[in-house]
Amino acid sequence: MKMSGIQIVVEALKKELVDTVFCYPGGTSDNVVNQLTEADIRFVMYCHEQGAAHAADGYARATGKPGIVFSTSGPGSTSLVTGIATAYMDSVPMVIFTGHGMSANSVNDAYKDVDVFSITLPITKHSTVVESVSDLPRTIREAFHLATTGRCGPVLIDLPIHVQMDIGIFRYPKNIYMRGYNPVYNCHPGQVNKVAKVLAQANKPVIYAGGGIIYSGAHEELRQFAEKFSIPVTTTLMGLSGFPTGHPLALGMLGMHGTYWANMAVNEADVIIAAGARFDDRVTGRKSDFAKDATIIHVDIDPAEIGKNVRADIPIVGDIKQVLTQLLKKPGPENTEPWLAKINEWRRCAPMRYCQDADGEICPQFVIEQIYEQTEGKALITTEVGQHQMWTAQYYKFNKPRSFASSGGLGTMGYGFPASIGVQLGCPDDVVFCIAGDGSFQMNIRELATAVKYCLPVKVAIINNQHLGLVRQWQEMFFHSRYSSVVLQKGSPDFVKLAEAYGALGLRAQKPSEVIPVLQKALSTPGPVVIDFRVKTGENVFPMVPPNCPINEMVTTAK
Amino acid sequence: MRYVLAVLVEDKPGVLVRVAGLFSRRGYNIESLAVGKTVEPMVSRMTIEVEADEKILEQIIKQLYKLINVLKVSNLTQEPSVDRELVLIKVSADVGNRAEIQQIVETFRAKIVDVALNSIIIEVTGNQEKIEAITMLLSQYTILEVVRTGKIAILRGSKTIK
Ligand SMILES: Cc1ncc(C[n+]2csc(CCOP(=O)(O)OP(=O)(O)O)c2C)c(N)n1
Repeated sequence: MKMSGIQIVVEALKKELVDTVFCYPGGTSDNVVNQLTEADIRFVMYCHEQGAAHAADGYARATGKPGIVFSTSGPGSTSLVTGIATAYMDSVPMVIFTGHGMSANSVNDAYKDVDVFSITLPITKHSTVVESVSDLPRTIREAFHLATTGRCGPVLIDLPIHVQMDIGIFRYPKNIYMRGYNPVYNCHPGQVNKVAKVLAQANKPVIYAGGGIIYSGAHEELRQFAEKFSIPVTTTLMGLSGFPTGHPLALGMLGMHGTYWANMAVNEADVIIAAGARFDDRVTGRKSDFAKDATIIHVDIDPAEIGKNVRADIPIVGDIKQVLTQLLKKPGPENTEPWLAKINEWRRCAPMRYCQDADGEICPQFVIEQIYEQTEGKALITTEVGQHQMWTAQYYKFNKPRSFASSGGLGTMGYGFPASIGVQLGCPDDVVFCIAGDGSFQMNIRELATAVKYCLPVKVAIINNQHLGLVRQWQEMFFHSRYSSVVLQKGSPDFVKLAEAYGALGLRAQKPSEVIPVLQKALSTPGPVVIDFRVKTGENVFPMVPPNCPINEMVTTAK
Repeated sequence: MRYVLAVLVEDKPGVLVRVAGLFSRRGYNIESLAVGKTVEPMVSRMTIEVEADEKILEQIIKQLYKLINVLKVSNLTQEPSVDRELVLIKVSADVGNRAEIQQIVETFRAKIVDVALNSIIIEVTGNQEKIEAITMLLSQYTILEVVRTGKIAILRGSKTIK
């Protein structure tokens, strides 16, 4: 069928069963927006392209479907950069369309023209400047394929205006073959046997699970595997919802702000099964000291992750779900009881705790636990970046996969709130909470307008410590309390009034006794709500592995 | 150690930037890089010389494979192969020393491809040792300018890289 480039894009989106696109208009993307209105695809307009990109990312993390973004050329596409990089670092599938001026190349520095292809090269899985309308169907098909298979990631398609206007034929390829792209899903049976052999001898095994568990849909296999052989499981920030936090074999998060017992277990393990994780420095602490005596089994779909940061004694390239399915049929450790008992000793000697004084100031950890209680653990959670993010990782109990979205790899302040809007769009029947810092929330606070406009009932819990808390903590601990640029008291808006100005409900809690009623009020409100929780200002996140220390050297409490 | 990689890539816009960007971003050192078409339409071949240790080399190869337009990466370093580089050297020369230089050129089976009043241009093809040797000998005169193509390499025998 003959049609314009833009119609081809829309037809292709229909073929890919896209129901929602995240966009911001402009000269070179208006056509799409018009066409989308006619097709039955919902387009959600944000206040800023960065918000649209984070929202698409949140939508993708919550639903498993790729997030689709449209922006105009020049400033439209540069505003996407943080959003694309955030998704890239956390392997989130997205397809991003950027409009472009008259020609495929930015030859003449035309108005609103920028070389978005080059700018985004290091933060996309792949990208293409479409040169002719006849390339369009295949390019889009390939982009969806690349974004959603293997190690997922953002793929960018730059659409010059002439390609949008030219008339072409829409024939959407069913199958595609890309000679240079063959992700390995089936693991090598020989490697699985090797793992089984090592596991059968293991006395002190630990599973270290990353975001790959969730992306591979392997949470059920992981649970079965851990239970069958009684192997304890620690997760990364990205892997948090991949294994139920309340499970008896769950050790919680490991690494810089992980639990003491998870870090001790990893440090003393004889076998570590790293599944869909990448030995980030926030996890390993000083690399040369990491799990020195353990046999490290590293399972990942991306061969380049294996051996990149830490040696892998047994590498397995493949889909984790398949690997675990294979391993379930093999022998495993015989008796881990003494090991689990030892871990419980560590658990007892440095438990996670805080002290909520009924008449004192509100503890941030208390707010986070109450969000869990009041939503009966059913909420979908996003966070911004900072102390509140770490407390969420430590004190919230995650029960189901894809119930947590946070910028792990890039650590993007400003991610959580727009992402929560994307999560809510993808999961309209769920309660969505964004746990935010007073600093981070202000980065994309303008998207309150989007939440109000589309009647999206997201709840924002600002853990308002009137500081850039995490930075303040570092300055306190490592720079002798010489504080610089961390105080937010002056210049911060009245968040309640601000919410009201946008047409949302604003609430505030200043005393511990107000926390629960305020949460209940928020939950019974049909629209978006912003809650300003005035919490203790000087609270620090513990335990903590100081930067570049071994992970068993944790500071467990304040001095 | 210095390694030689043969990298087959799809002839798509931006592929050179992708490869070069990967090296610079991750701090890998490219010693030389030569690109050209192959017998197969739309496929180019890069010969890349890198200075790295074994662990980094493994990463380089894996990272190259992550680029969608990269089809094949072969490590030719330990393989029986023929490698060559072409170098043009402009040396300051006049009637007084031209004959002397000519002798060096002949010994190395190089060629003089341009003669001017005060300079000559020498074309040398060969492997690294040969090029280093002639450059060393010519440096007793004044070398005005050097251009090198970068190394290219091919496997010996009937084996090919496809
Ligand atoms: C875009 C961006 N800028 C700067 C930083 C560095 N940074 C990390 S945490 C943090 C403080 C966050 O403060 P806030 O949002 O109030 O959260 P808190 O730590 O107080 O919970 C900063 C500035 C970052 N991660 N992202």
